[in-house]
Amino acid sequence: MRPVTAAPAPTRPARTRTRLPRLHRRSLVTGAVGTVLLVGLFLLGLMTGSTTLGAGEVVTALGGGDGSAILWKVRLPRTVAAVVIGASLGLSGAVFQSISRNPLGSPDLIGFITGAATGAVIAIAVLGAQPWAVSLAAVVGGLVTAVVVLLLAHRRDGAPGYRLILVGIGAGAFLQAVNQLVLTRTDGQMAIAAQVWLVGSLTAISWTDTLVAVVGLAAAAPVVALLARHLVVMELGDDFAGQVGVRLQGVRIGAMMAATGLAAAATAAAGPISFVALAAPHLVRQIARTPATPFALAALSGAVLLLAADIVSQSLPAGIRVPVALMTGVLGGLYLLWLLTRSRWR
Amino acid sequence: MTTLPEIPDTATTAARLTGADLTLRYGDRTVVADLDVAIPDGRVTAIVGPNACGKSTLLRALSRVLTPTSGVVRLDGTALGDLGTKEVARRIALLPQAPEAPDGITVADLVGRGRFPHQTFFRQWSDDDEAAVQRALAAAGVEDLAERQLDELSGGQRQRVWIATVLAQDTPVLLLDEPTTFLDIGHQFEVLELCRELNEDHGVTVVAVLHDLQQAARYADHLVVMADGEIVAEGPPADVIDAPLVERVFGLPCRVVPDPVAGTPMVVALGRRSR
Repeated sequence: MRPVTAAPAPTRPARTRTRLPRLHRRSLVTGAVGTVLLVGLFLLGLMTGSTTLGAGEVVTALGGGDGSAILWKVRLPRTVAAVVIGASLGLSGAVFQSISRNPLGSPDLIGFITGAATGAVIAIAVLGAQPWAVSLAAVVGGLVTAVVVLLLAHRRDGAPGYRLILVGIGAGAFLQAVNQLVLTRTDGQMAIAAQVWLVGSLTAISWTDTLVAVVGLAAAAPVVALLARHLVVMELGDDFAGQVGVRLQGVRIGAMMAATGLAAAATAAAGPISFVALAAPHLVRQIARTPATPFALAALSGAVLLLAADIVSQSLPAGIRVPVALMTGVLGGLYLLWLLTRSRWR
Repeated sequence: MTTLPEIPDTATTAARLTGADLTLRYGDRTVVADLDVAIPDGRVTAIVGPNACGKSTLLRALSRVLTPTSGVVRLDGTALGDLGTKEVARRIALLPQAPEAPDGITVADLVGRGRFPHQTFFRQWSDDDEAAVQRALAAAGVEDLAERQLDELSGGQRQRVWIATVLAQDTPVLLLDEPTTFLDIGHQFEVLELCRELNEDHGVTVVAVLHDLQQAARYADHLVVMADGEIVAEGPPADVIDAPLVERVFGLPCRVVPDPVAGTPMVVALGRRSR
């Protein structure tokens, strides 16, 4: 071992290489590139649709000129919704992955999004509810599922971790069956409406729907921002976090409520959209190589992913055009397989 | 920076950290009942005892990671429960037995997380933090590893990095839960030497749960011997360790001889055949 003398040698040359955890350079670069990408995609999203507009035409339409109606009533809500819902899902996934210390801890895999769907399906198919009530039912469904799963996964000492994921997968499978059951017991228009809702889509999304997601993000993001540095320390284990002064239960409950709210509001707005919450945080972590869960970057990457997926799904030839959730499902499913078969997460 | 007397008189040393009447439970399982303990200030204390005797549980209670079912842990006369949780963390640091590290974390990043109790939402990284991390890295002898990833390091280096992480917390009291377990003998002594240095050069009060009696006797000023959730003996190692105690506590027939290097008690097992 290096001998340590009682008096530190004053002649030691000053160290110039002191790169401490202040700001992670790669994260900054990733954030900057992501933001540019997001702005570009946003513009592209406004240009894309049944009739393609040029960038100049988009600006004219935004100013109230030709195409103003289609832009303000169709494309802008859709593009804004893609950004907000994508960011909500990415952030929600990052929180759950941090808390469960597992890349599979994501609101879509642990049943919360399915639970939100159950709420909405019951509202549509059984109660024949209005759109705003459907949104409310989705949020309630997501929150109720979260509370039940968390109670079942709760252990008196220690993190929910694996238990959360296993219980959540079980709850998700059960709720999926409930959704199907409700559909088979319902006839006609209501069943079709519910079926349509169950395929998450940004097509024909209204400002009202978008507002639900905006409110969810606006309410939950500050909570996550406040708790982020606590969550990052909790990634070193409960005992370590406890001894540096993190209030484990409070942080965990607060963060989970925020993350559940994010996922539920996003689902209420657009229907269930899978895999964005799973993929976004992990993807950006690979790119930025951050040592801690990058919450802000996860939100950014969720927004980019969903916006890109929506633009691609709209740009497909009419015959094979699919709702965005099927798009993210296919891509995300492949991503999940890749994630699961990679040796590191065995 | 004071030099210690040959055999420190732990009885007269003030104790800042004490536990009175502690009953510690996990769920319905009582691990420790009605235990009193005082940690001598400015010394190295080793807690020894057979597996599952409550050593780690006691350490967790002393650092308020585990809340006592009854009884009270006091720091400088104030019950830990009456101090803010960060206030405690600025005075006592605990290195848990199995801390987890995220993949790809660098040494500097990890050590920086020990600064949590000194930070607020609005002041997340200050010059104080930076200086404390540098001091901790230097004190643990890992400053050259600052930019390396934790996964690439050897077990001994990794343990020193973890110790640097709790050192960055800048506390006068350091609790280490089995810091030498899972290390080979060379790395074990490296960590023990580090404990002594921290105590002698930086004035840190060190409490470590150890398994090896010879190491404990050699590196600690004060020994706490536990069995079945109770303290069965405590004091300077030379006064505490003898053959009857080791046989009683560990069920090991042995002879205790002076360590040929340090002169501290060394336990040599008799075994069935050589008796």
